[in-house]
Amino acid sequence: MLSYLLRKLLFSIPVLFGVTVIVFAIAHAMPGDAVLAMITAEAPSSEELIAMRRGELGLDQPLYVQYLNWIGQILHGNLGRSFVNGRSVGEIIGERLPMTLELMGVALLIAFLLGTTLGVISALRQYKLTDYSLTLAGFVGVSIPDFFMGLLLVYVFALELRWLPSSGISTAGDSFSLLDNLKHLILPAAALALFRAAIFMRYARAGMLEVLNQSYMRTAKAKGLRPSTITLRHGLRNALIPLVTVFGLALPTLFGGSVVIETIFQWPGIGLMFIDSVVNRDSPVIMGYVLITAIIVMLANLATDLAYSVLDPRVSYD
Amino acid sequence: MQGLSVEFGPHGSAVYAVNDVSFELAEGESLAIVGESGSGKSVTVQTLMGLIRKPPGRVTAGRALFRGRDLLAIPDSELRQIRGRDIAMIFQDPMSSLNPVLTIGLQLTEALREHQELSEAEAERQALDMLELVGIANGPQRMRAFPHQFSGGQLQRIGIAMALVCKPSILIADEPTTALDVTIQAQIVELVSRLQKQLGMAIIWISHDLSLVAGFVDRVAVMYAGSIVECADVDELFSTTTHPYTIGLLNSIPSLTAENTRLVPIKGTPPNVTLPPTFCAFAPRCDYAEARCREQKPPLETVNAGHTTACWRWREVDHLPRSPAAAQRVKPAGAAGQEALLTVTDLKVHFPIRRGVLRRQVGAVHAVDGVSFEVLRGETLALVGESGCGKSTTGRAVLGLERPSAGSIVFEGRDYAGATGEELKQRRRDMQMVFQNPFGSLNPRMTVGRIIGEGLRAQKIGTRATRDARVGELLALVGLREALRNRYPFELSGGQRQRVGIARAIATNPKFIIADEPISALDVSIQAQIVNLLDDLKVRLGLTYLFVGHDLSMIRYLSDRVAVMYLGRIVEIGTTASVFGSPLHPYTRALLSAIPVPDPKAGGTRRRIVLGGGVPDPSKPPSGCHFHPRCPKATDICSKVDPQPRDFGSTTTGRHLVACHHAGEA
Repeated sequence: MLSYLLRKLLFSIPVLFGVTVIVFAIAHAMPGDAVLAMITAEAPSSEELIAMRRGELGLDQPLYVQYLNWIGQILHGNLGRSFVNGRSVGEIIGERLPMTLELMGVALLIAFLLGTTLGVISALRQYKLTDYSLTLAGFVGVSIPDFFMGLLLVYVFALELRWLPSSGISTAGDSFSLLDNLKHLILPAAALALFRAAIFMRYARAGMLEVLNQSYMRTAKAKGLRPSTITLRHGLRNALIPLVTVFGLALPTLFGGSVVIETIFQWPGIGLMFIDSVVNRDSPVIMGYVLITAIIVMLANLATDLAYSVLDPRVSYD
Repeated sequence: MQGLSVEFGPHGSAVYAVNDVSFELAEGESLAIVGESGSGKSVTVQTLMGLIRKPPGRVTAGRALFRGRDLLAIPDSELRQIRGRDIAMIFQDPMSSLNPVLTIGLQLTEALREHQELSEAEAERQALDMLELVGIANGPQRMRAFPHQFSGGQLQRIGIAMALVCKPSILIADEPTTALDVTIQAQIVELVSRLQKQLGMAIIWISHDLSLVAGFVDRVAVMYAGSIVECADVDELFSTTTHPYTIGLLNSIPSLTAENTRLVPIKGTPPNVTLPPTFCAFAPRCDYAEARCREQKPPLETVNAGHTTACWRWREVDHLPRSPAAAQRVKPAGAAGQEALLTVTDLKVHFPIRRGVLRRQVGAVHAVDGVSFEVLRGETLALVGESGCGKSTTGRAVLGLERPSAGSIVFEGRDYAGATGEELKQRRRDMQMVFQNPFGSLNPRMTVGRIIGEGLRAQKIGTRATRDARVGELLALVGLREALRNRYPFELSGGQRQRVGIARAIATNPKFIIADEPISALDVSIQAQIVNLLDDLKVRLGLTYLFVGHDLSMIRYLSDRVAVMYLGRIVEIGTTASVFGSPLHPYTRALLSAIPVPDPKAGGTRRRIVLGGGVPDPSKPPSGCHFHPRCPKATDICSKVDPQPRDFGSTTTGRHLVACHHAGEA
């Protein structure tokens, strides 16, 4: 197990290196740069000023030198400084990451619990009305993109019913309270969760149906166990194993989703930060964001692998 | 059980799985229900236990009275109290019938806690007792293990312990040994018979194998197409067989002792159970069938006390020849020359085991560990042994499907071990394989015609038109109708599929066929058909066979020479007559004695050598002679020195090599 972890971590080094090359190339292939983005129509600047600012930020150096400088910083644990406000990128991300993790974590939890429960119910009631209704709902769920779901929820629950706030993480002016924060969390988390819940439900249904046909389920029934024991103890545990993969695959898409959702709900996480930095061509922040998400996704994949070995005793890593 | 009928599927196009089945089971009695796949034997007992899914299944008639209560009429919540407590069941494949993610301990105790409301500690104590009773050592530790940490034989013991923890009065065993090796099968049969006496329970043993149940049950019911066709005490059934189907089944089994007469298969294909049971379902395959059989279903009539049969002509069957006309033809003698077609020398196939951060090789599974043999032109050499002995890997290595780690494979004078690309392709024109499982080895998305012709295309033989013509020829050769050319594998029966597999193998006119357990996935009555086909093709096309198998009676029937393998090595090789007639290696003897014989009287008199334990892990083979930990004759030398093969043959019997220190001793 330990050697498996070590090997995985070793393999992640070249992958992360590849990520730095790609993200650097993309950040610099964007039209314009940070200096041009700062210069707006109302503040026309002379060519000399632009050149001077570029010199200050190091943008006048050859690309490979810029890249090596950046890599050098990273190896020292430093993600560089924002072109826009000069703050350390690590600090900015550190400030905002918890918000995003809160949003994603709650969304994943909702998606997983809701999706699995409904999926199992759907499988147990195969080809009955409940199954068909849930299947239809699931189909609607996967068909609605995150951003549209977000707008829909805002319209219904914030604008029409006025039950929940439509943006931010807490009510402006009030002191921060967890309850208030959670109220603000519900809509963005639901917007992220529903699509994924629908996917989890489809997989949970398929997994459970497969398990229901296994001979150990027949053995369990032949022992005279209660139906609930058969479903939960013998069925669910096995049906969950393939869901781990889906869970692992959902994570990267959540980062993508959170960029959009954070923008709609003005949720001050790293997704919102990313959009701002793209607008400002703030390449150190862009690159820092991609690198950090890449690391998180890789760690999550590792956690997925470990979850397998916990759920399924037949899986052992060495 | 009174008049049970079970159907599956919609009313208009139902499958009539069980038709009017009645039987009785006395306290402590053992009853075998014997039939082929689709005979309804499993559905019958699963209905009794309330295990069939409704829908699609439905019980259309019948009662199942257990101590006065009708199990088919009481609600499931009440049936649940009886299931597992009074009537328990063990299943066919122990690997899949235990839950892979729960510990053995939990699975053993849960029924006890459910039915007897025992405390965890008390349930655990009883479970441990039961584990000991079924012969699982080191109980307390094994309780915390998961199913994948046990061998198949051990798992079936655990399955039995699981069924018996509540001390049921009826144990239903649904083909519990079909997935196991023959020596393990012998262990399980002995265990169940012993426990039956010890616990005084009744047994319903479901099987497809008449020979197996002959040895230990009281009564046998033979089922065909959902109906019981004959039911009698076991001695009576074998001595006074009255139903043509039972007779056919017995004729399909090659004898271990008698002269090799040609097998008499039951003609035709398995029954169509989608027709309402208004006639004798066996009539289309029956040599005695007359008009009445195709119009009216024969009732069960009493032959003697306790012996019933469902045949319109049972009184005449006895006087008619038991195996009609063509059956008496003697098996064609093998025209083996002395020239070696294939010579395998010191073949090794090792699969590396890698561990650690850098995946360094830390060991190897010694699947084939130094095997040498010759196959003479025109003969059939059989490789036999239990699962994991390396017989299939040897066959695959010969064809180049597995890369040998060492050794030479010389075919017609050329060594091609480890060959790749063009050279290997050239070889495969001359040698082909018939695979074990005709259900998995044919591509489901290809038509029969394309499957058969694919090898010709790959070898660039002929034009499109000549290939089409060749496929037609091949279909006829293996006894399939031309019309099947455009069908897909799922539309065919198991026997037909294996015929397609054989046609595919002989398409390029090879000289040498490796048959990897070609009949083990088929029903008994179909097995004989396929074996006869292989026999015919051998003579007509001048083929040489390497036959890989575990069914010893079949192997005795169709091979000229036999090589017995154990844990990657050949322990004994010689002519079929000498290996079966005077086996010298203790493993061969045990293997032979474990074969069930279709004779209830032999059960008691025959001395069966039941080997302890299972086949060891091939990555850590025992020192010296690989067999010594299980060998009844092992002495000190066996654990230290690896025995070299010695020739015990004579000029009359041919070479008979045995790798045992004690072979030939009195």
